[in-house]
Amino acid sequence: MANIISDETIEYVGILAKLELSDSEKEQAKKDMGNMLDYIDKLNELDTTGVEPMSQVFPVNNVFREDVVTNTDMRDAIIKNAPAKKNGSFMVPKTVE
Amino acid sequence: MNIMSLTAVELGKKIKQKEISVEEAVIAALDSIEAKDEAVGSFVTVCRDKAMEDAREIQGKIDRGELDGPLAGVPVAIKDNMCTEGILTTCSSKILSNFNPAYTAEAVLNLQKAGAVIIGKTNMDEFAMGSTTETSAIKITKNPWNQEHVPGGSSGGSCAAVAAEECHYALGSDTGGSIRQPSSFCGVTGIKPTYGTVSRYGLIAYGSSLDQIGPVAKDVTDCATILEAISSYDAKDSTSVKRENYDFTSALVDDVKGLKIGIPKAYFEDGLDSEVKAAVLNAAKVLEKKGAIVEEFDLGLVNFAIPAYYVIASAEASSNLARFDGVKYGYRTSEYEGLHNMYKKSRSEGFGPEVKRRIMLGSFVLSSGYYDAYYLKALKTKALIKKEFDKAFEKYDVILGPAAPTTAPKLGESLKDPIKMYLGDIYTVSVNLAGLPGISLPCGVSSQGLPIGLQLIGDCFKENNIIRAAYSFEKSMTYNRCDMAKQFD
Repeated sequence: MANIISDETIEYVGILAKLELSDSEKEQAKKDMGNMLDYIDKLNELDTTGVEPMSQVFPVNNVFREDVVTNTDMRDAIIKNAPAKKNGSFMVPKTVE
Repeated sequence: MNIMSLTAVELGKKIKQKEISVEEAVIAALDSIEAKDEAVGSFVTVCRDKAMEDAREIQGKIDRGELDGPLAGVPVAIKDNMCTEGILTTCSSKILSNFNPAYTAEAVLNLQKAGAVIIGKTNMDEFAMGSTTETSAIKITKNPWNQEHVPGGSSGGSCAAVAAEECHYALGSDTGGSIRQPSSFCGVTGIKPTYGTVSRYGLIAYGSSLDQIGPVAKDVTDCATILEAISSYDAKDSTSVKRENYDFTSALVDDVKGLKIGIPKAYFEDGLDSEVKAAVLNAAKVLEKKGAIVEEFDLGLVNFAIPAYYVIASAEASSNLARFDGVKYGYRTSEYEGLHNMYKKSRSEGFGPEVKRRIMLGSFVLSSGYYDAYYLKALKTKALIKKEFDKAFEKYDVILGPAAPTTAPKLGESLKDPIKMYLGDIYTVSVNLAGLPGISLPCGVSSQGLPIGLQLIGDCFKENNIIRAAYSFEKSMTYNRCDMAKQFD
């Protein structure tokens, strides 16, 4: 069955994805996502009852380490990439009114 | 002598024997880039001065006997999604167009310890999302065999650079075929190792459960040698695996007697180009003649791999790419009202259409109400696909098939129909889903003059089976060079 993506869905996904789409981008996204989901719906032909979802191929365990600092002070090197900085910190627009 | 026509290992030997200096090798690579890259477009950054400086330093270490590995002094190109300290790392995206990492990816560091000289960073599909390198926000890369065609992707720059002999070898990354497919299109050899073999530390993440770094080179010997150099257990990558065996070069043996090779029937059905089919089946015959036991078998669920892959990869991408917000590094929009609007505008202006498409899809399949139906369903499918491969590897040492259903398509054709482009990943994505190693190597040239790739897939941690089969097959072939590569002969 064809998936119809509503304006509300695209609006909602845009909020989750933190993307601001233009009107034409929204229309395209509705079409693209609908087509993709139609294709992905093929998975429904497969009976997965009782199958454990596999997120990692190999068993993964927490990698623990001693709580000691191993890296050196890289503040200057890291802050160099910041689009805006002030007094050795990242600068962002006012967040608390 | 054309230094660029040598393989990485051949050049390494000549450097060791003082027939060629590291500086001469680096100058040869830089000259080749200078002459060819306007036409090919493999590189987004060329590190001219730094490479010359490194060449002198490494020559000193070789002379003092501090470096004597097979790759000491050999120039390398690195895909631009691996962090390199002090060298621009863009992921071929506007959002990282000014990003200078403060550290180097572990795999690259391992190469540097082995004496590699980085000559530049290669073009790719933006954030490795694409199959043609055309989603790059920086430039178009062309196939060195025919510049009207794409090099494949997403490691298109790395594969084109090796094919055009602008470098001796390169690193690529493979999430759903991004090393193997462009290797096939460009007529070079590339390995996607078992998941967890090469550290992902410093590799800008796309689909973390699928991403692996691997070598791209002219032949199997180079690839095995490079893989040996870049593989390591790394506590900084929480999915890094402590392997029992990191020796890949001992598998470079021309002998497949008794090796059991399975050919999945479904890989040779509809959609496979007839010339590709003939060349790949011919490769199977060659291996059979050399003593391998070759038979067809039914590999199940082949058609479920692509939908499962795009759900999982997009979901992981939407999460991984959340970090690009215009605060700590990368592009920030010039005008905005408040923090939230700054995030949104920076991301919307910084990402290209294919990346946005996948972030949107990924956000959707992870959203409440759809998570079970799409994301969990895909993870369950992945479990079943893995089981199918487990079953196959109870019977076979190697699975043989094409790397891609066609030879390289023309520029400008693929992005018009994304789903059609995704379908081209049919032979490669299941390998990533199941964490398996795979190699793509040339097995012929089409009537149009475009290379055809053979893919060999092994069980987890059994790289040596595919390396041995690939090496044996390669011995029956002569390496075909494109005209552009021969420019300095």
